[in-house]
Amino acid sequence: MDVPVTHDLANDLVWPRDGVTRVPFRVFSDPAIYAEEQKRLFRGPIWNFLCLEIEIPNAGDWRLATVGEVPVVVTRDEHGTIHAMVNRCAHKGALVCLQERGNAKALTCVYHSWSYDLAGQLQSVAFRHGIRGKGGMPEDFDASQHRLQPLRVEAFCGLVFGTFSDTTVPVEAFLGETMARMIRRNLGRPYRLLGMHSQIIHNNWKLYAENVRDSYHATLLHTFYTTFKVNRLDMDGGMLLSDDGRHSISYAKRGTLQQSDEYQNVHAAQYNSALAAPQLLDTWTEFDDGITHCIQTVFPTLVVQLTLNSLAVRFYTPRGIDRTELFWIYLGYQDDDAEQTRKRVMQGNLTGAAGLVSLEDGCINEFVQRGTRGSEDVNAFLEMGGRDAASSDGSRATETGIRGFWQGYRELMGL
Amino acid sequence: MVREAIEDLLADYAAAIDDGALERWPGFFTEDGEYQIITRESHDAGLPIGILYCDSRAMMEDRIQALRTANIYEPHAYRHLLGRPRIEQHGDGFALRSNFCVYRIAQNGDTVTFATGRYLDRVAEDRGALRFRSRRVVLDSRRVDILLVLPL
Repeated sequence: MDVPVTHDLANDLVWPRDGVTRVPFRVFSDPAIYAEEQKRLFRGPIWNFLCLEIEIPNAGDWRLATVGEVPVVVTRDEHGTIHAMVNRCAHKGALVCLQERGNAKALTCVYHSWSYDLAGQLQSVAFRHGIRGKGGMPEDFDASQHRLQPLRVEAFCGLVFGTFSDTTVPVEAFLGETMARMIRRNLGRPYRLLGMHSQIIHNNWKLYAENVRDSYHATLLHTFYTTFKVNRLDMDGGMLLSDDGRHSISYAKRGTLQQSDEYQNVHAAQYNSALAAPQLLDTWTEFDDGITHCIQTVFPTLVVQLTLNSLAVRFYTPRGIDRTELFWIYLGYQDDDAEQTRKRVMQGNLTGAAGLVSLEDGCINEFVQRGTRGSEDVNAFLEMGGRDAASSDGSRATETGIRGFWQGYRELMGL
Repeated sequence: MVREAIEDLLADYAAAIDDGALERWPGFFTEDGEYQIITRESHDAGLPIGILYCDSRAMMEDRIQALRTANIYEPHAYRHLLGRPRIEQHGDGFALRSNFCVYRIAQNGDTVTFATGRYLDRVAEDRGALRFRSRRVVLDSRRVDILLVLPL
């Protein structure tokens, strides 16, 4: 029988007593929970990924982003400082910046020409003194009292994060040492944009958050991984979690494969042909730690991947309770030579909306969304690899990363 | 006559995909033919990574082999509507530009506009037939609905 653990949501959700090994399917389809997440989680004491610094390299550049569903604009001012503000005019609430990217000296709302500097401070208001002495703002109107609502901003390895909360700890502390070290490994030197696209997946955002922490599914669902020995659980590897469980790293060392019998009856291992064009998997060793596959999640919606030589940042953002936009940003290092760039382009085929090892994730989470309809009171069962949310160094036959996500989620949501 | 042969190639290509005869797809290209699906945004910015890239017929064969036996997705089909190609002489072949609209028909009957955009092609005679030296599929939208597994 389920008993309440904590009971704080307006909508009486009771988390099962088995804790993070159970997840009520209701969390993926209940509009009240979705609304509560917008407040407690996305506008709570966490860092939300906004954009890459390289997307706004010059003074006056801006880039739109969202925090949960809140529209945000990220700018770089004339001193090079990055700012993030809610993209909502302080006057009537209209969007201020309309284009996804742009460059300007000031941000001006098209509705009534309220104009803000690049830090979001109101500079001027049209017809402030009226027309020919009539109309206009009251005498005591003070432009300095109005601005675009700011977010706190911090950048780490070129990743720009924003938070609405005054209590969010600095990004490096938020990440923890293990997570920060891996981000530095992969993004700690100058990189450039190689490509970008997005996909709409028809599921709640948390199903993707689970999916990308799920080292158990990767080599079962994504046959291509297994067959071509890009990533298998019989390679040395593990699942590292931050101390609070929220962030994770799934890693593998391709050079350590010792084929295991457990794969013999797995569908994923049955596709047994050689590639007609082996140049797809033409790789080179970039790091001397032996790690060739690394999928790192940063709570709640960021992923940094280095699969073979395919370097990318993914992030996903809720577009409704059962609709999520998943962005793929492909990167290369600035000092890559032409041959290395060519290999990264080739390996771009592995991931993304048409990725040979990722396209299944476009539909698998929707299968859960659809499969759980009418089963709001039923729970998912997550006991692979134990019942806790701790690092599993040595095995990725585990759901510990998913349990870690729910541990963080429950804390923030008061569930 | 050239126009007719080119339009036949474009129509036959679309028919093969719409009919599910995907094994015929690589044969529309020269041995070292290139195929890329890329968003308009990335195309305009000159970025090298799109959504799907094949540098040869062999790589296209691998794609078909993977989608037939390895990749997992719900069954669906496409219907291509093609626009009239603009044709320009280019070296010993032709440079083409044509518009397309592709509907996706799911097994439950859901029919959606899956992709619109333009084909930027280079075609030339190859072993007695017109074939693509390169076909660049420039998608108008940066968003793919669900996933992309069948070629466009």
